[in-house]
Amino acid sequence: MAEKLKLEVSDEIAIKIQSMNKWFGSFHVLRDIDLTVNRGERIVVCGPSGSGKSTLIRCINALEEHQSGQIIVDGTELTSDIKNIDRIRSEVGMCFQHFNLFPHLSILENCTLAPIWVRKIPKKEAEETAMHFLEKVKIPEQADKYPGQLSGGQQQRVAIARSLCMRPRIMLFDEPTSALDPEMIKEVLDTMIELAEDGMTMICVTHEMGFARQVANRVIFMDDGQIVEQNEPEQFFNNPQSDRTKLFLSQILGH
Amino acid sequence: MSENNSFVRKEMISERIPPAADRGLVKWVRENLFSSAFNAIMTFISLWVIYSITVAVIPWFLNGVWDAKTVRECYDLLDGKSGACFAVLNERFPQLIYGFKYPSSEYWRPNLATVLLIVALAPILFRRLPRQLLIFSAVYPFLAFWLIWGGSILTSVSAFLGCAIAVICYRRFSSRSFALAVLISLIAANVWWIIGGYIVDLNASFLSLEVVASRDMGGFMLNLLLGTIAVCLSIPLGIALALGRQSGMPIIKWICVVFIEFIRGVPLITLLFVANVILAFFFPPDTSIDLILRVLIMMTFFNAAYIAEVVRGGLAALSKGQYEAADSIGLDYTQSMRFIILPQALKISIPGIVNVSVGMLKDTTLVSIISMFDLVGMIRGPILSSTDWNGVYWELFGAAAAIFFVVCFSVSKYSQWLERQLETDKR
Ligand SMILES: Nc1ncnc2c1ncn2[C@@H]1O[C@H](COP(=O)(O)OP(=O)(O)OP(=O)(O)O)[C@@H](O)[C@H]1O
Ligand SMILES: [Mg+2]
Repeated sequence: MAEKLKLEVSDEIAIKIQSMNKWFGSFHVLRDIDLTVNRGERIVVCGPSGSGKSTLIRCINALEEHQSGQIIVDGTELTSDIKNIDRIRSEVGMCFQHFNLFPHLSILENCTLAPIWVRKIPKKEAEETAMHFLEKVKIPEQADKYPGQLSGGQQQRVAIARSLCMRPRIMLFDEPTSALDPEMIKEVLDTMIELAEDGMTMICVTHEMGFARQVANRVIFMDDGQIVEQNEPEQFFNNPQSDRTKLFLSQILGH
Repeated sequence: MSENNSFVRKEMISERIPPAADRGLVKWVRENLFSSAFNAIMTFISLWVIYSITVAVIPWFLNGVWDAKTVRECYDLLDGKSGACFAVLNERFPQLIYGFKYPSSEYWRPNLATVLLIVALAPILFRRLPRQLLIFSAVYPFLAFWLIWGGSILTSVSAFLGCAIAVICYRRFSSRSFALAVLISLIAANVWWIIGGYIVDLNASFLSLEVVASRDMGGFMLNLLLGTIAVCLSIPLGIALALGRQSGMPIIKWICVVFIEFIRGVPLITLLFVANVILAFFFPPDTSIDLILRVLIMMTFFNAAYIAEVVRGGLAALSKGQYEAADSIGLDYTQSMRFIILPQALKISIPGIVNVSVGMLKDTTLVSIISMFDLVGMIRGPILSSTDWNGVYWELFGAAAAIFFVVCFSVSKYSQWLERQLETDKR
């Protein structure tokens, strides 16, 4: 087991969610969510399928709309105001389970599109930034290929680089490794660990418990649309309090 | 391990050709034509059919008469042999291409317009060509209008400037509000057109070409004109309708749905009759809106409704993840449509769009029903009913078919080429 990361967490607040509720039709997906994330925190969210993990982090960059309560990201409250939403989305990076690269654009174009058109950065500068981050995720030599020509792990690393090119202050990950073959999981996790070492604020939905132990400073367990338990990784894994958490942990660590 | 199980090759085997029966033509014939008794019979029947058609048609072609003044002269020359009377194509060529009223001294104008059309389309069709050529593509419609319809060049210049002003105003104000920008550019363009109208009236003879009225257009030129304009206008309109149909704004969505469903539910020929007779009532009585314009509006609407449905299919084929990824990196609606969604959706829609548009190109011949003299109209009307060329159906309609085939086949070949060019996401 790799060594636990010891990183500073500032007391500046990055994300503040207050009694937030969300419904899909009449189905109550998220119930009274309260969550405060400080800058530099690495949070792992876990829980059984359908518990609302994805929905929660998708609410943070307004891919889903919440119906009551408050979400404040980087000091800006998420309302239906399109200007606020676009601003927050350019500050918050997101990685999806299925990568969602743009298949008709080359890797480099995938990475430069948003900086050029949203941040209005000159093309040349955007390309330099993109190459910098592609080097960081260790695939600069693939820059001119198309997503379809890359392996799953490489695609996910490109997706991370694409988000980083916008120089986000917060990164959200929705099960970034669960569509990957085992031998590719490590390369993606390594990239994420490096990101954590650089002090990025991260919220990560994942079932990689090794990663949680090593990187997270807080683990959140969700069930039935509620936050059931949150704690430091050591405490969370070794000494879970709620019965639901114990059951869940025994299921995923059990065998 | 026992001794006879181990083996080391001393000499490598060199490459040999396969047995004769598995090679080249013999193999192909055996596999494709005579793989079973049934296939063999089918092969012989097909060969016989092809043979009889060829035997019947070839002499007809080869005996064809190219030089005669009337159909009777043709028969005299043929002297009882079976043979085509291609002389009609020769003698009536200008009528087939330009119609029977376009002044023959002015044929160079549509010719030039057609050549320039190719130049103007080139940068749109082939992305490799220098982008500066697109400036010509933008000017071309106005130039072509002047060439084909004639009149003072100032009319076209004024129309072009009005559009340019609208675009500039839109660019200038679009960062503030979309609706405001559209409104301002519309007002600016209209103000300019009113001013420009006076200037044009004062200098009506400046660089003026002989005016040719719309009702004097005809022949294949009319088909090409209607087809090109209708297709070019209906693609953007169709895309807009498809996006509107997906829109979150209920009124826009509703308008698009009703429009699409209504137009698709009505046969084109009905719409053309509407254009011919009824549409005139909707315009103010003293503005006689040109028949070609009315037909064009209907054809554009008709094609756009179909293209909208094709594009909607393309949009639906994209995964939700593409929309979300575009949103998540901060692109706004216009940007995500322009860079992410439409390029992919349109690529999927190319076969459908081409299918519909080739259909539209051929459907331009329907205008012969509302007494416009396009290629088919010319053949059915003035040519076949003339005493000189009574009864030369095969040659004329064969020629019409050949002309349309060449155009439509090139379009479909181009679309296949384009699809291969855009093939970046192969796994
Ligand atoms: N667009 C939607 N419309 C209706 N219901 C939805 C929608 N998206 C998700 N749900 C429902 O909301 C619940 C929570 O979904 P969510 O995707 O957040 O779960 P999850 O915890 O991420 O599960 P998993 O581990 O399987 O990804 C599920 O029961 C799901 O069926
Ligand atoms: Mg999920």
